[in-house]
Order: sequence, then C-alpha cells, then structure tokens
Amino acid sequence: MAQAQMRRAIESGVPDNQQYLHPLLKKNYGDWRYHDRPRPGVLHHVAHGGDEVWTVRAGTQRQMDVHTVRRLCDIADQYAEGHVRFTIRSNIEFMVSSEAKVAPLIAELEKSGFPVGGTGNSVSMIAHTQGWLHCDIPGTDASGAVKALMDELIDEFRKEEMPNRVHLSTSCCEINCGGQADIAIIIQHTKPPKINHDLVANVCERPAVVARCPVAAIRPALVNGKPSLEVDEKKCICCGACYPPCPPMQINDPEHSKFAIWVGGKNSNARAKPTFMKMVAAGIPNNPPRWPEVSEIVKRILYVYKEDARPWERLSDWVDRIGWPRFFERTGLPFTKYLIDDWRGARVNLNASTHIRF
Amino acid sequence: MAKEMHKTPNLDALESGPWPSFVTGLKRLAKDKDYVVDLLGQLEHSYVTRKGYWKGGTVGVFGYGGGVIPRFTEAKDENGKPMFPAAAEFHTLRVMPPAGMHYNTDVLRKMADVWEKHGSGLIAFHGQSGDIMFQGAKTDNVQGAFDAINELGFDLGGAGPAVRTSMSCVGAARCEQSCYDEGRAHRAVINTFLDDIHRPSLPYKFKFKFSGCPNDCMNSIQRADMAVIGTWRDNIRTDETLARKWFAKHGMNELVNDVVARCPTKAIRLKEVKDLKAGDSVSTVKLSDTHGLEIENHDCVRCMHCINVMTGALAPGKDKGATVLVGGKRTLKIGDLMGTVVVPFMKLETDEDREKLVELGQKIIDFFAENALEHERTGEMIERIGLVNFLEALEIPIDANMVSAPRTNPYVRMDGWDEEVAKMKAAKQVA
Repeated sequence: MAQAQMRRAIESGVPDNQQYLHPLLKKNYGDWRYHDRPRPGVLHHVAHGGDEVWTVRAGTQRQMDVHTVRRLCDIADQYAEGHVRFTIRSNIEFMVSSEAKVAPLIAELEKSGFPVGGTGNSVSMIAHTQGWLHCDIPGTDASGAVKALMDELIDEFRKEEMPNRVHLSTSCCEINCGGQADIAIIIQHTKPPKINHDLVANVCERPAVVARCPVAAIRPALVNGKPSLEVDEKKCICCGACYPPCPPMQINDPEHSKFAIWVGGKNSNARAKPTFMKMVAAGIPNNPPRWPEVSEIVKRILYVYKEDARPWERLSDWVDRIGWPRFFERTGLPFTKYLIDDWRGARVNLNASTHIRF
Repeated sequence: MAKEMHKTPNLDALESGPWPSFVTGLKRLAKDKDYVVDLLGQLEHSYVTRKGYWKGGTVGVFGYGGGVIPRFTEAKDENGKPMFPAAAEFHTLRVMPPAGMHYNTDVLRKMADVWEKHGSGLIAFHGQSGDIMFQGAKTDNVQGAFDAINELGFDLGGAGPAVRTSMSCVGAARCEQSCYDEGRAHRAVINTFLDDIHRPSLPYKFKFKFSGCPNDCMNSIQRADMAVIGTWRDNIRTDETLARKWFAKHGMNELVNDVVARCPTKAIRLKEVKDLKAGDSVSTVKLSDTHGLEIENHDCVRCMHCINVMTGALAPGKDKGATVLVGGKRTLKIGDLMGTVVVPFMKLETDEDREKLVELGQKIIDFFAENALEHERTGEMIERIGLVNFLEALEIPIDANMVSAPRTNPYVRMDGWDEEVAKMKAAKQVA
C-alpha cells in the first residue's frame, strides 16, 4: 500500500518578532531613554525622540484554556492596541500609546479576573513547572500549588511594598526546573527509591542508570533471577536522578516526599554577584489541594524580610547584612545539621573567620 | 459534552480565591471535550493519591526527532485498562516563541483555534525553557496540529539531548538598559542550530539565553550553557535633568543609603559640585546646585544597581556589546553551576558581529558533542577537564576577567611558564 504523502516541515525556527511588535516599540526599537512606574502594574517608557508607551502588566494562570487566551485577546483589541507580550514569569503585558487608555484597561483586566501588578518591588508571579498535570516524574503538582500560594500573596503582587523585587519558584522534583529564586519551594525526597525488580530489565538501560547516580550508590544486580539494579541505601541521597531513566525505581512517595524551602537565589548582577539559593526548611508535607504548611512558611519568611530588610536589599542582600543565625531566629525556623553542606565544594559555605554577630 | 464530569473535590478547592484558576479554565474546556473531562479525572486522582501518572514514549512529527513530549497514562485499573480512557494520550508540542515573547492578537487567536481543533485547548505561555506549550493532543492529532502551527510561521522547539528553545528579554523593543539587539542575536544563533534542535544527538541538552543587560532578566547565568548578557565598555552616561528630578523627589538620605552605599566596588561617590573632577574614565552629574555624583568607570563592574535606582539619570554607556558566560545549570548531577566568563566583551552591532557569536556557539557545541560524557552538561564537562583545556581547544585567549581570583594552591605543573609568558608578550605586541 502506498504511504500517504506527509507534509514536510518548514524548518523556520524562531519567528521574526518585528512582525508582532507594537508599532511604537518597533519605531523606537533600541532608542528608549528611561522609564518610570506611575502606579504598581504600570510601566511608562519614554523614547529619546519623545514617544511614550504605557505598559499594563497582569497575572495569568500560565496554563490557559483557549477561552482565556481569547478573552485576553478581546481585552487587547478593545482596550489596548492589539499587541501583547509575556514576561518570563507568565505575566501578560499590554502596550498602549496614551495614558488615557491605562485606567479603562486596568479596570477591564481586574473585572475579568486578571490581577494587575507584578512590577517593581512586588512579589511577581511564581516561575513554575508542570507537575501532575503533565510531567512524567513529578513529586507534586505545580499549577495548583502556585494558584494556592498566589491567592495568598495577591496583595503583594498588586503592591510595590517589598524592599526589592521578590522572585518565587516552585519545582516538583530536585531537578528544579523552576530555577533559582529569592524563595523557592522544591520537593525533597527522604527515602531511597523503591525498585520494581520485575520491570527493570525491560524498561531501563542499566549502565546509563548506574552512571546517572551522583554518589555511585547504584549497581547492577540479579534479583529473583532477573537482571535488575540495587541501591546502597546508606549512600543514597534520595535525589531521584535514577527515576527519569528508570521509572521502576520509584522515588515519589506520597508520605515521604516532602517539601524543602530555599532562599536567597538571585540571577541579577545588581550589587552582589549572582547567588545560589540555600536550603532553610524541610520536612514540609505534600498536602494538596492547597499546601497550607508551605504557604505558612513562605509567608513567614516573606513578611520578616519585608519588615526587616532595608530598601533595595534583595533577600540575599538582607541575609548578608543580618547573618544566618538571625535569619533563623527571626523566622523561627530550626537550623539543623542537615543544613550544613557536605557536598563537593562545601567548605566555601563554612565560616572561615571570626565574623560572628552577637 | 457526552461524558459526565468526574467528582473533583480537590480541584474544586482551587477554583476559589482571587488568582486566575487553571481549574476553572479546564472545566470550561471540559464542557466541549470528553478529553478534558478525563484529564480532570486523572488530575484529581493524582491529588488524592499524591502521585503522578504520566509516562513518556515515542511520538513525533514527520522529519523531526524531537519537540513533542509524549505522555501516556499510567492510571490503570486492575485489568490494565486506562481509568480515564479519553485522556490516555496527552502529548505536548513545544513551540519556539518569537524573541521577547511579543505577539499580536491575530496570531494568538489563530493558535487558540488550532489547539481547540487538534488538541485539548490548554496552552501554557510559556514553559520554563521558553516554549509555548500546546498541552494535550492524542497521537493521531499531533501531526495535524504541528502542520497548522507550522503554517502560522512557528516551529517546534527542543527536547531531549538537543539544542533547546531559547529566550530573550524584552530588550531593545522596550527597555532603555538594552545593550545589544537581543532579538536579532537570539534568532541568528538559534536558527543556525535548527538541525540540533529538531534531531537530538548531543550528549545532553544545550541552552542559549539572551539578556540585554546584567540584570539578566532571562536568568541566563544559572540556566544557560551559553549565556549572552549585555554590557558596555565606556563610561556610564548621565542626564542632569533626570538626575535633578530624581534627587528633588528622593533626597539625600536615599541617595546616600540606596545608591552610593550600595555600589559593590565603591566606584560611585557623592561630592560637592566644586569638587567634581572630570577625566577620561569619570562620569559626573549634578543633582543640585551643591551636590553631584562622580563615578570612576574603571572601578565599575557594570552591576546595574545605580542605573536601576536612578533610571534615565544614569544609563549604560554607548560602546555596548555582551559578555558570554558558559556552563550554567541546575542541580543534577554534580550540583548547581553558574556560567563563568569565556568572552569578557564582544560587540554585537552588525551582522558580522552576530556571525562571530554564532561561530562561538558552533565551536562550543562541536567541542561539547565530541568531548562531553553522556548526560553531562557543558558546565560539568568544563569542571571535569578544567577551563584552560576548554579555552585552548576553542582557541579562546585567556583573560584575567575569567577568574574571581588566581589559584590559591601550588598543585600544578608549571614548567611551561616561560613559554607562556613569551606567548602572552607576543600576543600583546600584535594587539
């Protein structure tokens, strides 16, 4: 039988963005002079030639149904000028050419359920991952945890009352697709994988799985007469790296996969060099649908920071000033032995000085 | 809708509250699609059991080896039959966005129409790598969906051991801090590697990201194998009108505590107007009739802080370009790595400049393809072989900007020192 003629892909790659730019953005491309923020959620950019453009930023649920996409398009067509863009944190931005269009646009967005904010020194939308909705290795959900947390933080999204911007992320496994953040919420497995030895031989490329382990805790073994793998549970750090290439090594555990909270990640070069985030809390239950224990700790850290940090201190700058002992004291979080680094390069995290705050 | 909705008390709890709810959106789709009725059923099942139920597989489009994330359900009854059969296949198409993620409503509406016809109707703007994620299509519908999206001028992104979809900031389109044309650089680089995006055959993933200034809004330093971050070589520009305006509004306390004191290298000083000094590497600006700022630009590390606080009054210089950092990644396998400097500065103004950036990317990817172990990221490879071996293979001259400090241990064989000194001297004479 003759095969049906397949359409050959047009390998067009990244489309040219010039065709999608708002006309004022296209006209003043590379020629902007400064910007200010007339109110939270609104940016006002001024070009060298005098052109002005107002941008209204609103939060979205990221995973959008086509009806939501069309609703946003309706708003863009009716109240803006038909052009939008998205930020890295899944906020949508509408550009307009006159200040008079700002207030009606904001009113329509808020009326339609899209909160306006996320600019300047606010808590912006959480960078997040896929979770149970679509990922093949998730320890938890992403969209749901984010929805629950943003419900609680929406006032801080709408205002610009933080010392500096606050970026949050969530991740459903230790690979941490959510990335570095001022406060990050990440699954932390606490038990070694449970191995289904009947399936390993058929499903897993065993040498690849052995090679994937960061601590060489996995070795080939014959179990019940079948080629399989075994884990040295004393060595295992429960990272879950073996699970993606070998799903019979089940790492997710409804009871023992917990949440950990990390703080002080920063990508920007502003002031101090970019920093990695540090683990400050763990053992938090994976408790859908609203994960209240996670929200409680995130809010506690956030509001101590808001209260205590000086203007323009990112969370990492604030801790640099007050020191870790006071961070744990003020947030009431326990500092345990598990928070003392023992991975490669750990000595740089030890205090090789007499710099101690009393 | 033919199919009755499953009971979803957990998901229902995510419809209350002020933030936009993805559950409400899914329920709206479920009115027209049994597919989404069963998707909600499986998601609720995950919320109850606290486990995920998707596994990968092999689904693609004609001519490509990647770009589709296959998902088959693992939620099965005792007879091995899917518990939520209408949603037993839920594949995602990763589609590359335009640089800066700019759209008009016309193209967004067309995307929505395509996905309502061929898929679940759920689209994520955007995934963590930057893709538009068209989430949820049955195997039989993947090709049709791709064909329609491809006809709109969009193409699949990367997945697996491939060059991945890239992101760039809003940049020159709407930001005064932009130091190069991020969109053009993004497109020039990524569209060179389409074969490596569509036909995964590298040791592991390779990511490029493009940020227009050191604020690095694309988080490139910690998530890109090759980060292109805008910067400038000459003096910070000043605007007295805006500086006076800023000072009149914010006053001396904020100036001292929030601007001068926060400069990481103390390059910026507050002075009385009569003491402001001019010089080739000095920027000065009056804030009032009595006080002004003086910046020693040789000491400035281009961190952006003072420019962020006093935007417009202070601005990046005119001799702009980018710093290229290599090796950023997150945890697995050896731990977090930030990208580190490989090219301290390159101009990115002309097509020839961008061609040099493309060539650098090609050289790095060729070396990565040849030398990385399976499932080893670029940063891990450099950690294993040492930065110097990497630089010498790529014929990139070493530079003191590549280190925070010289070595702190004597454990190195150094009998080539004199030759190396001679080489450096000769190179200096040529330049």
